[in-house]
Amino acid sequence: MTDMTATYAALEPTRAEKFRQRTVPLILFAVVLLVIPLFNPSRSMVTLLNHMGITIVFALSYNMLLGRAGLLSFGHAVYMGLGGYFAVHVMNWVAEGSGFWGAVPIFSMPAFGFGAGALAGAIIGWPSCRRSGTPFAMISLGVAELVAAAGFMFDSLFGGEMGISADRMGGPEFAGLSLGPVDEVYWFIAFWTFIGVLGTYAFTRTPLGKLSEATRDNPERVEFVGYNPQRVRYLVFIFAGAFAGMAGGMSAVQDEIFTPESLSLIPSGAILIATYVGGIRYFTGPIMGAIVMTYMGSNLSDYTVGWLLYLGLMFVGVVMFLPNGIAGIVYGTADTLRAGRLGEVWQSWLLRLAGLALIATSVITIVEVAFRWSEGYGEVFEPFGLHLGTDNPLTWALGVLPLVLGVVMVMKAAKGESK
Amino acid sequence: METLVFALLNGVIYGLLLFMLSSGLTLIFSMMGVLNFAHASFYMLGAYLAFTIMEGTSFWIALFLAPVLVGLVGMVVERYGLRRVHAQGHVAELLFTFGLAYLIDEVVKIFWGRTAVNYRVPELLDFPLFTLYGAQYPAYRIFILFVAAFMLVALWYLLKKTRAGLIIQAALTHPHMVGSLGHNVPLIFMSVFGVGCALAGLAGVIGGNYFVTDPAMAVQMGPIVFVVVVVGGLGSLEGAFVAAMLIGLLQTSAISINASLADIFGFLGLGPHTEVGEITIASMAPMLPFLLLVLILMIRPRGLMGEREV
Repeated sequence: MTDMTATYAALEPTRAEKFRQRTVPLILFAVVLLVIPLFNPSRSMVTLLNHMGITIVFALSYNMLLGRAGLLSFGHAVYMGLGGYFAVHVMNWVAEGSGFWGAVPIFSMPAFGFGAGALAGAIIGWPSCRRSGTPFAMISLGVAELVAAAGFMFDSLFGGEMGISADRMGGPEFAGLSLGPVDEVYWFIAFWTFIGVLGTYAFTRTPLGKLSEATRDNPERVEFVGYNPQRVRYLVFIFAGAFAGMAGGMSAVQDEIFTPESLSLIPSGAILIATYVGGIRYFTGPIMGAIVMTYMGSNLSDYTVGWLLYLGLMFVGVVMFLPNGIAGIVYGTADTLRAGRLGEVWQSWLLRLAGLALIATSVITIVEVAFRWSEGYGEVFEPFGLHLGTDNPLTWALGVLPLVLGVVMVMKAAKGESK
Repeated sequence: METLVFALLNGVIYGLLLFMLSSGLTLIFSMMGVLNFAHASFYMLGAYLAFTIMEGTSFWIALFLAPVLVGLVGMVVERYGLRRVHAQGHVAELLFTFGLAYLIDEVVKIFWGRTAVNYRVPELLDFPLFTLYGAQYPAYRIFILFVAAFMLVALWYLLKKTRAGLIIQAALTHPHMVGSLGHNVPLIFMSVFGVGCALAGLAGVIGGNYFVTDPAMAVQMGPIVFVVVVVGGLGSLEGAFVAAMLIGLLQTSAISINASLADIFGFLGLGPHTEVGEITIASMAPMLPFLLLVLILMIRPRGLMGEREV
């Protein structure tokens, strides 16, 4: 007769495994954050990195809802916006510098954002967390529209169309950082990004974090065991709001301005896309999504006016064919390599890669030619010295043939793998 | 009196347009259990297609052809998109339609540009029909009223009085049983999705020149249509009708009220020059549907006439 507890103890990972799986990645992340400035990135690169840090924390907080608790929200930017607005106001109080506020370093703004986000989550979450699924999504949509509309209405709080700006140079210095030049802001962002990642990861290890996953998978069962799913959702919602507010505080210091636009559905939709494309079933998914999306948002828009279309295509593609997102690809590949199965799958991988490249060729040709045609300036898409006008038969050939061939190849690869 | 009559007339027309959009959305929801986020994008597509067809031919051809084209696009989306995603659950479906709305927006911008197109009321209907309190009332608005009412009756007849309607109703609640009886349920789903999108397209054809036809029209209309469907009770056509009328009247009458919050709550000591006191009812009109949505979902999650909880 084996003792049940003994079997459970045997299932638990050893200390070494725990260290390797949980602590080492965090240390590596910290090392990466510390090493980046050694490469002397340019000013615009540092600004981009700072925005990545903000989006990482924001996406992780969003995934506390979508991935972990199974709550689809269309209004998560509300909490980042409210946290950020509060931080901007605090920064202005600090600049006036009397009494208590005179002693507050600007470095601590994300903490204020955290508090404001938690408060906003606690107030708005009370009515909205009573339901899950579609009603929750709809309430979040309604609340987002309401708050955004209110943002344009109350000028003294939100500053109207112009928003409210602040100065990050005020207040006492912390750790010798004046926060003036952008590479000093980098250290500020790096510190708080690490805190955000650590905090959201620690949250997944708490009983509440585990319960939120249980509530996502089977709320009846959770109730049966003696917990109140509504309460679990509410608490998770408060924490998600708090971390979003923290991202808002980081953004307040980096950009020194907040506008009511930041409360609207557009940034909420953007973080939904970033998180989902990254992969909601992995903790690191939102981090990858945030990095890729911020990079695309800032760089792709320089190359092509159609970048929103590419973004939409990518999102729909991920929803349809890759529900595990970028993280799914990364971990799937790593697993295959570790299991030594590369020899079995490399042919179908190659086939699929080639197919995807062909599809991308067609899609890019179609989109670029279409956008140039639509603007009507007579500009012509000229990649690699080719002259792809709308009257050139090569354009049509490049738009259709690789697409067909690519789809056939990808389908063949998928068929081969399912065998 | 004058304001009231005009608000009433315009409110009913706006409400009927909203119902035309939300009836398709409700049908699709009760069938697949998914809220089609891209529904308002099909409305936009209808308006733009009508504009293009009208340039080449006439408004009357556009009135029939554009909804049919939108319906076909909808069927393709269901067959090759939604049906694939269906296996992954409702959240994936909702996200798919969310991405689709993004895509349709961008594609519309490619074909028709980023600014509003000049989609005008046909000349035949561009005259004042009658004069009310010294103000002329355009004939086109009454035309909208008639098209919407005709559609309403046709939809009701199709669903309640024909054999096809019977099968659709059965497929909504018992798809497996209907399948076992030898009907092609996926085909039914695809057709209903197509018809729902065609209705949205029709609303675009007659609403696009009543309002403005620009790439932002889907984003403006979309959330309000959701509100109508949820407030009315998901899956209930009658509820959608009541909610559409309610929101149509509420919004148009709020726009015509020129009072500020200070005028109403002045007795509580709210000054006319404070920030809250200066807000007028008219400026709150765009917020009202969402306020209603949040209230309804908190107080009565089934919606006005829904049979099941959302």
